[in-house]
Amino acid sequence: MDLLEYQGKQLFARHGIPVPTGRPAMTVDEAVRAADSIGYPCVVKAQVQIGGRGKLGGIKVAANPDEVREHAGAILGMDIRGLKVHEVWIEEASEIEAEYYASIVFDRSAKAPYVILSTKGGMDIEQVAEEDPDALASLHVDPLLGFQEFHGRRLAFEAGVDADLVRPVTAMLRKLYDAFVAEDAMLVEVNPLIVTPERELRALDAKVTLDGNALFRHPESAALRDPSAEDPQEQMAKERGLTYVKLDGDIGILGNGAGLVMSTLDVVAQAGGRPANFLDAGGGSKADAIVAAVEVILSDDKVRAVLFNIFGGITRCDEVAKGLIEAFDQVQPRVPFVVRLDGTNDEEGRRLLAEAALPNLHVEGTMLGGARRVVELAAATPSEAR
Amino acid sequence: MSILVGGDTRLCVSGITGREGTFHALNNKRYGTNVVSGVTPGKGGQSVEGVPVFDTFHEAVAETGANTAMIFVPARFAADSITEAADAGIPTIVAITEGIPAHDELRVYTHLKRSTGVRLIGPNCPGVLSPGKANVGIIPADFFKEGNVGVVSRSGTLTYQIGNELAQSGFGNSSIVGIGGDPVPGSSFVDILQLFQEDPETELIVMAGEIGGSAEEEAAEYIAEHVTKPVVGYIAGFTAPPGKTMGHAGAIVSGTSGTAQAKADALEASNVRVGRTPTEVAEIAVATLGG
Repeated sequence: MDLLEYQGKQLFARHGIPVPTGRPAMTVDEAVRAADSIGYPCVVKAQVQIGGRGKLGGIKVAANPDEVREHAGAILGMDIRGLKVHEVWIEEASEIEAEYYASIVFDRSAKAPYVILSTKGGMDIEQVAEEDPDALASLHVDPLLGFQEFHGRRLAFEAGVDADLVRPVTAMLRKLYDAFVAEDAMLVEVNPLIVTPERELRALDAKVTLDGNALFRHPESAALRDPSAEDPQEQMAKERGLTYVKLDGDIGILGNGAGLVMSTLDVVAQAGGRPANFLDAGGGSKADAIVAAVEVILSDDKVRAVLFNIFGGITRCDEVAKGLIEAFDQVQPRVPFVVRLDGTNDEEGRRLLAEAALPNLHVEGTMLGGARRVVELAAATPSEAR
Repeated sequence: MSILVGGDTRLCVSGITGREGTFHALNNKRYGTNVVSGVTPGKGGQSVEGVPVFDTFHEAVAETGANTAMIFVPARFAADSITEAADAGIPTIVAITEGIPAHDELRVYTHLKRSTGVRLIGPNCPGVLSPGKANVGIIPADFFKEGNVGVVSRSGTLTYQIGNELAQSGFGNSSIVGIGGDPVPGSSFVDILQLFQEDPETELIVMAGEIGGSAEEEAAEYIAEHVTKPVVGYIAGFTAPPGKTMGHAGAIVSGTSGTAQAKADALEASNVRVGRTPTEVAEIAVATLGG
């Protein structure tokens, strides 16, 4: 789960990491009120999860209420690389003497948190690594030991942090590490981490990715939302407890098990089709879950045909068939369905489907056969049937 | 022979009194697995259709000689249960539970790596099946028979799909190992490849990977140096967009790393033949074994 900048900053603030004072706003009037309480000059920042907002006009400095009104009016509703801006963050303007960079990532390969510090902030860290590797230091932290003072000192000295800032940077990294662990983050990144003329550190930006599996112990984070990144189908699927990812094709896909569904997408693509979604109905899918899944798939009006690819283990094919029959009864789909059932109770499932004689439903014996059939049917489906 | 589970397995099931735990423990028992005990704190003294239940793993080990644990408790209790099993001296732990926080997995992984002789399979995995000998987990055993193909996979249903296609061509399996779809699996492809390489019964290895992380790339390096048996590969997720978690917590392309193409390329560079569909994987395996 990716947080918006201001959500990340609020999380930082809870862990004692210094951030500029700010307030979120969803309307121009709210933005002006927020700016009045913060003082001028202030910065109006578009809240979307995309890099390079500033260059695309998503970050503006305002010297007075009129300028806040003007900038917030322009930025709210703006489209930044396909994401609509629903919120701005109004923040006090900061004076910048130097820009650093700090991040911690959950390094799956090394099986340890990986901490990076650089004295070249405000730019892409990959670029720093390439152009000025001496300005960058990094290390892995033993997850059972945790972040020690020496880790911070080593990073600060190796990255060439100014002598008077070695202690503050070490302390700051310690807090960042604490936040990373306490909040179950997969990534925390501060770019830039600025040094003010008063020689104080501040997180001027925040990029935070949280572990979705750990949200049960972080109700505060679980409640956070990003309206710009929410897709209506994904939202609907989430409410129904389904694992769904929207893609940009026109063939709806349902399968059981993440690996099999990914494989189904690939096979459909190889057959010349374009999948509209990833949907894992999960192990032991019961009829009502199938009905919910069909509703979600068909709510995407680009879908011209649907493929069910089930290999029953815990999932019983007769349950899937019952769900499909019920879904046809409730939703009355106007696009063709191709169904491949294999595994537990597959014969019973196919018998139920044959008996129900659902309109425009085609049973195929293999995954490959199902993929080819659904691609043909999608191509033959006229657009008015959608 | 087989790997990880077999005739000498003495299984203790954590979470045996839960609905899923009971169902699968008994299913494993019916298959012929020696299910000796279960653990549910507070329910010690009860029994689940003749399988005695204990409050702690330590008691279960002392009373029933359990040497393998299966973890079936909810995600928020699973890390604790895994470390308890290890602390009680159980050398093989199979964690079925899905949804364990990544930081918990990291701590468990790091701890277990330092306590010598403990092997964790999973979490978020379908378990291990050695056809004709023992089934520990939720793999539908009916589709598989004894044979000489070892299978290791990050995905459950994808394994069934491939195994079923092999079975239809007349081939069986030495063992089928689901290592799970999480970011920090207890055992990697490399760990399991090593076991299959050492297992005299296994003549060919099928490994099914997916997007995310670098476990397949590490496996490719290992295969080039240490595996003399033929390996057939499969990678799921060629069509997955970057930045989206595809069902499994670990199945995510981050920027340009962890893509299916990079993994397939790495395996092919190590002379692993990579099938583009599950059907093709089975065909390559059959052709290699001279079917």
